[in-house]
Amino acid sequence: MIKFEHVTKTFVTKENEVTAVNDVSLEIDDGEIFGFIGFSGAGKSTLVRCINLLERPDSGSVYVDGTNLMELKDRELRMERKKIGMIFQQFNLLSQRNIIQNVCYPLEISGTGKKEAVTKARELLALVGLSDKETSYPSQLSGGQKQRVAIARALATNPSILLCDEATSALDPVTTEAILTLLKEINTKLGVTIVIITHEMKVVEKICDRVAILSEGVIEEIGSVKEVFENPKSATGKSLVMSRDDKADEPGQSYVRIVFQGESSSKPVFSELVLASGERLNILGANTRDIGGNAYGQLFIEKPSDAALEKVRNYLETRGIRYEEVEVKE
Amino acid sequence: MTGILQNLLWTGIKETFYMVIVSTVVSYLLGIPIGVMLYVTDKGGILENRLLNIVTGFIVNVTRSVPFLILLVALLPFTRFLVGTTIGSTATIVPLVVAAAPFVARMVESSLKEVDIGVIEAAKAMGSSPFQIIYKVLLPEAKPSLVVGAAIAFATILSYSAMAGFVGGGGLGAIAVNYGYYRYQTDVMLVTVLILVVIVQVFQEAGMYLANRLDKRKTDRRTSK
Repeated sequence: MIKFEHVTKTFVTKENEVTAVNDVSLEIDDGEIFGFIGFSGAGKSTLVRCINLLERPDSGSVYVDGTNLMELKDRELRMERKKIGMIFQQFNLLSQRNIIQNVCYPLEISGTGKKEAVTKARELLALVGLSDKETSYPSQLSGGQKQRVAIARALATNPSILLCDEATSALDPVTTEAILTLLKEINTKLGVTIVIITHEMKVVEKICDRVAILSEGVIEEIGSVKEVFENPKSATGKSLVMSRDDKADEPGQSYVRIVFQGESSSKPVFSELVLASGERLNILGANTRDIGGNAYGQLFIEKPSDAALEKVRNYLETRGIRYEEVEVKE
Repeated sequence: MTGILQNLLWTGIKETFYMVIVSTVVSYLLGIPIGVMLYVTDKGGILENRLLNIVTGFIVNVTRSVPFLILLVALLPFTRFLVGTTIGSTATIVPLVVAAAPFVARMVESSLKEVDIGVIEAAKAMGSSPFQIIYKVLLPEAKPSLVVGAAIAFATILSYSAMAGFVGGGGLGAIAVNYGYYRYQTDVMLVTVLILVVIVQVFQEAGMYLANRLDKRKTDRRTSK
């Protein structure tokens, strides 16, 4: 378990002081996938670095599995760090070592025998699906492959925690999906607690159990992904959930806007609506997505004839689905 | 050109190689630790120590500011104390090392500065000790750049060694000065200079080639699997 108690970290620059992490207290449970999300400069990177003390907080306590890391001597801290794996946006592989030597590095510095290290590294490369790249060098791999190597390397010392610092931000959407699937698999198979920091909503949606929304070093809200997405309470939460670039434009003619707020996505609402109205309905635009089996978003349909409109209203009202009618003057 | 001169030149070449190679090696034995120290004690370094950094940096800068010819003369008593004489190629190694080691230290420091900070951070996150970061991450990652630096240092030490010819040092420099300059034998001077040019060319090119070969970031020559 990771526990923060009133953690604060301030950076002093020539011009001003920036409080990157401001009095943060929280607990991350064993075996969960926890996400920190926020816009750039929200203090996410600093916060995640406070977990393994790559950044030492100015005040507060950081507990990992019951040990207060702030009280450890350098040597003891290095031992604790071996139990906390970390991956980065820029992968940070050793460019002059080949893939298997990279994965062996953490074992090497722990004094593991060479033979044993290589066996372990091979197992991990198989886990991340790169068994055929043992003797390649990082520069010969794609971004997604490099991140897989970084994951294998981070897992070499059998850590109980894996920290992911914007681990998919340098990757394309397809590769991002694949890496997230791999992380989920590691979480399930090996029971590793995963802490993810990201600015991408889809990363949190895809694999996190809980999420904390961070703004200017403060946790604005924290909760299960479903809760936070269904009903974001903080301003940052709202803008993160709403500001999606695939937002549907409002149509230029009169329409009915139907809002989905967590109805079961398995119900064929639109089909039923068509049947209920007894008329052909025309979709003008839509932006819906599925979060944990529930539908969110909105659907714009062309305003039907008055008779059909009455039936549409009836159907939506009986189902408790919110809607609004918008008249657009020519 | 007479056979005597040919022998003379051959001896000069051997002496030059002896002086320059030994000086380069010793300069690196001293320069690598000093360069590493300058890098790790710098602000934000893995063993930050401002005082040590400033003091070392100052000494290095002072040594590098003194013109080599003056250093050569100023060090005569020290050279006599160490080697027992102030003339000949072995004696020249002393001032060469004193002049080159600080230069090498700065070259090493600048090579280390090219190492990606992210890689060092990752090494820290994996629980590496500062010593492990130095010899398992910093130096290996900087290897290609260190080799390029060594080729540059070699050429610089070679030109210093030629200067030592004025104060009784051996090698090609002494031949150029004694025969070419004092005895107006321009042809001898030209030949020695030409030899020096060839040596610099060969070592510089070899250094660059080796650096490229060593650099695993450059994969265009290799076929990837």
